[in-house]
Amino acid sequence: MKNLGEALERVTRVAGIRGAMLVAESDGLVVAEALAEGLDGAAVAALAASLTLRLRRTAISAGLAVPQVVQLRAERGTVLCVPAGDDLLLVAVAERDANLGLARLELRQAAAQLGS
Amino acid sequence: MTDPIRELTAQLASDPQSLVFLELGEALRNRGQPAAAYKVARMGVNRYPELAASHDLLARVLADQGDRHAAAEAWRRVLELSPGHTGANKGLAFLAFRAGDPEGALPFLEAALGAAPDDEGLAAAVQRVRTALDGAAARAAAAAAAEPAPTPLRGAEGFEPFEDARGVVLLDAQGLRLAGTLEAPDGTDVSDALAAHLQGVSREASRAARLLDLGAWEGVTAESADGHLMVLPPTQSTVLVLLRDARVPVGRLGLIAEQAARAARNWLERLA
Repeated sequence: MKNLGEALERVTRVAGIRGAMLVAESDGLVVAEALAEGLDGAAVAALAASLTLRLRRTAISAGLAVPQVVQLRAERGTVLCVPAGDDLLLVAVAERDANLGLARLELRQAAAQLGS
Repeated sequence: MTDPIRELTAQLASDPQSLVFLELGEALRNRGQPAAAYKVARMGVNRYPELAASHDLLARVLADQGDRHAAAEAWRRVLELSPGHTGANKGLAFLAFRAGDPEGALPFLEAALGAAPDDEGLAAAVQRVRTALDGAAARAAAAAAAEPAPTPLRGAEGFEPFEDARGVVLLDAQGLRLAGTLEAPDGTDVSDALAAHLQGVSREASRAARLLDLGAWEGVTAESADGHLMVLPPTQSTVLVLLRDARVPVGRLGLIAEQAARAARNWLERLA
């Protein structure tokens, strides 16, 4: 569990990140979370898992490999999802002006740390 | 947005003797509904057996379905009714190429060029076939050049907002293709498969963004080792899907997508 906390903290340290969480991809349930107040963890988890699953199927049907990053961009922020090993998804919610490049990098490193 | 197929169907229902079936048949072909297009084309031929355009539509539908013999027969009928018909000559040339007979295609290409001497694409195809008839690779290139492009939807010729016209597709809310083509890295056309998987993605992304208090959704990206897929909503009732090689950076893909979305909106406005 120490690794899990460290992995989430690594992501939430990036400026503009409102929260990070580990989600079970198949059922969209929260495994662990580090969220700012006001973010509904259960909703983030369910929506992120559902969208990632849909994009994975779509990418595969387009002849692509399984996506390494799925990103939902919206008017006031972004949701980033990165696979983190068996049936797990590392998810971050970012504000509009967050450093997405760094957030993506940290997410992928944290996911690798969790998957190892 | 008004659904053009629904509109054309209503027009045909209110005036079954009108020639609107020609436009409806092409619209159904372009939307990837060959069975419905065939039904409309067959009805048109039965109603207007002496009209070359009705047989031409039927031939295109049959060619789409891979029924080359029936398509050739229909195009030959077009030439009986309208000697020198460019579409029929191009269609017969295309069928000959597909059958591996570039020599057999040449007279049809030349006849088509005779009727449309200003068609630069045709002139180039004729020239290529003449100079490279015995090279297999050259034959393939000529076949591609001579392949009759599907008659576009009204205004669809303006739907070229991208650097790579084969890497984008516009879908309606039901997951049906409005314009464009997407190819997998191996060259397979995956437009309809993607459309089916992405039906409802707009609703789902919109709901997710709203529930997370992020405002309106602007796009979804999936990054794979061998390619990137981007989905975005040019309008509330359509989604645009772009597929690019993984060498195209995601940031640049975003810029291309924004440009494409603007062009798609313009195109939809012209259609409406």
